[in-house]
Amino acid sequence: MPKLSYLKALNRALGDEMDADPDVFVLGEDIRVAASNLTAGLFARFGPERVLDTPLSEQAFTNFATGAALAGLRPVVEFQIPSLLFLVFEQIANQAHKFSLMTGGQCKVPVTYVVPGSGSRTGWAGQHSDHPYSLFAHVGVKTVVPATPADAYGLLLSAIRDNDPVVVFAPSGALGVREDVDFSTLAPIPLGVGRIARTGSDVTVVALGHLVHDALAVADELAGGGVSVEVFDPRTVYPFDVDGLAASVAKTGRLVVIDDSNRTSGFGAEVLAIAAERFELIAPPRRVTRPDGAVLPFALALDRAVQPGRDQLLAAVRDVLTSGGRG
Amino acid sequence: MSAVDLYRTVRLIRRFEERAIEFVRSGEIVGGIHPYIGEEAVAAGVCAALRPEDLITSTHRGHGHVLAKGVNPARMFAELMGRESGLNKGRGGSMHAADFSLGILGANAIVGAAGSIATGAAWAHRRRGRDVVAVSFFGDGAMNEGMLLEAFNLAALWQVPVLFVCENNGYATTMPVAGAVAGSITGRAKAFGIPAFTIDGQDPEKVLAATTAAVDRARAGKGPTFLECLTHRLDAHHTFEHRTRLTYRSADELSAGWSRDPVEIQGARLTADDREAVNAEVEALLDAAAGIALGSAHPDPAAALEYLYASPEVMH
Ligand SMILES: Cc1ncc(C[n+]2csc(CCOP(=O)(O)OP(=O)(O)O)c2C)c(N)n1
Repeated sequence: MPKLSYLKALNRALGDEMDADPDVFVLGEDIRVAASNLTAGLFARFGPERVLDTPLSEQAFTNFATGAALAGLRPVVEFQIPSLLFLVFEQIANQAHKFSLMTGGQCKVPVTYVVPGSGSRTGWAGQHSDHPYSLFAHVGVKTVVPATPADAYGLLLSAIRDNDPVVVFAPSGALGVREDVDFSTLAPIPLGVGRIARTGSDVTVVALGHLVHDALAVADELAGGGVSVEVFDPRTVYPFDVDGLAASVAKTGRLVVIDDSNRTSGFGAEVLAIAAERFELIAPPRRVTRPDGAVLPFALALDRAVQPGRDQLLAAVRDVLTSGGRG
Repeated sequence: MSAVDLYRTVRLIRRFEERAIEFVRSGEIVGGIHPYIGEEAVAAGVCAALRPEDLITSTHRGHGHVLAKGVNPARMFAELMGRESGLNKGRGGSMHAADFSLGILGANAIVGAAGSIATGAAWAHRRRGRDVVAVSFFGDGAMNEGMLLEAFNLAALWQVPVLFVCENNGYATTMPVAGAVAGSITGRAKAFGIPAFTIDGQDPEKVLAATTAAVDRARAGKGPTFLECLTHRLDAHHTFEHRTRLTYRSADELSAGWSRDPVEIQGARLTADDREAVNAEVEALLDAAAGIALGSAHPDPAAALEYLYASPEVMH
């Protein structure tokens, strides 16, 4: 079977959807020469009306995309850097996202925002290493963080077809992931439906994006010691697949979430809150996150120290396995 | 400032950058850098017109600016290598170099963000009765960021002693100026009533002369000036380009740029002996600087979030 890389999968989804729907177009910085590779080959295939190289005017081109969407097109906006989402938070959270409700349902805003390289970008330091998916989930913008190439393909397709704004975070740590894929099986994946990345019976680990691969590695390691870890990948942060997680936790009774965002008010906190409200747990749940208020320091060892890693996950899983007693 | 001094600065920046690129290749510098090669005359000429207490804000391509403002190359190398003895104690890296003792308010990795920071700082010093001028460096790409245009308005409205220095190297990453800027670059500043000039950014002496006039104006209370410095980026946008080999400009265009190399332009004003002496002096300085940086300690991972808050005592 041919190998497909995550980045190539995003590129393929975009190209396929542009082929299928003439209303789809892409805009962003340096996308004509495809500096990030997301748009590789698309300019030659679709030309300047559908691959728009923009000046450095993020706030303008983000609202421009909203305008184009209100006029019936389906824009895909590429952001080179995750932190640029802070710059356009107004345009996404306060404009694109609010249009439908504020106009009493008179319009739709089918814009997709893609960040091919979110989270730590090794050596890009404080202003280029954020992973702000929790922010978008907090304000209710549909937010997707795929883990695998097939999911990257399927979720980007669904995001583009969705009639609302959707942010697709492609973690830097996942861009190089490759898997064997039968291209004929590549298909859209619905937003809001998680998947069991590995079945297990002792504890459920919730992980997103590149961290799914870390969780699987930790599960492998623990399997050697007789511990059976189930890895649940929600795929979409918002809407969140509560039922999928509920089914997993019903089986395992224990929960750990690993989240590459800051601790306070983060995605991990949300998963634990859902658990507190809805699930019967044998042991208190745990979350492994970036520290509170984290800004990624430049030096490699410091950058790594701030990101949630396998060792912390391993410790958290061992902790919930031994700290039972409530049930 | 003498011809020799200006030459020393451009040569120092050039050789610093060439050595930094080698350190990127050897893995001592992780994450790469945005080389300033070809643009040295702007930093050298502008900073030569400033006093030590004057302020600058810099960009993602900021090594030249901070070296010209007087940063110790050993501490800059150490920062690029993520060492504890670095300018920012290894926490900031290439795109955030700052030295407040030298008036360097920091390189900024968000294009166009710092124009208003420089404006606010200059305004505050004037309000406190200090005779300080601030310079904000940015590229032609930044001219399309709304936040920079908003800074022009505040600076002009409140007659702030700030200089806006646009390094027009013809490209924003791969985007040519002509494909990005409607109207003219100086026209945008002029629209806010800011005097704006286009100058030769390859000649350190011309940059120095134009900046001196602008600084004098600012100190005399006449408000902001805008300088568009026409320059050439003779290396990659970022060292990643050495691998990806993006194609967006021709070899002819590059060699035309090299024919106006600022190091040669300034070097030609020196006697062969003087030039040789400066070259040797710079090499010795950088040898020592690199040695110090390579020999200094890495920060302790346990202190990864040290300095996060200036008032840590309120946090638990
Ligand atoms: C607001 C913002 N948008 C995009 C980027 C990504 N980026 C970094 S440098 C750069 C090009 C900047 O061009 P210019 O301002 O002309 O400066 P130059 O690189 O030519 O020195 C881009 C697009 C960024 N850092 N910040």
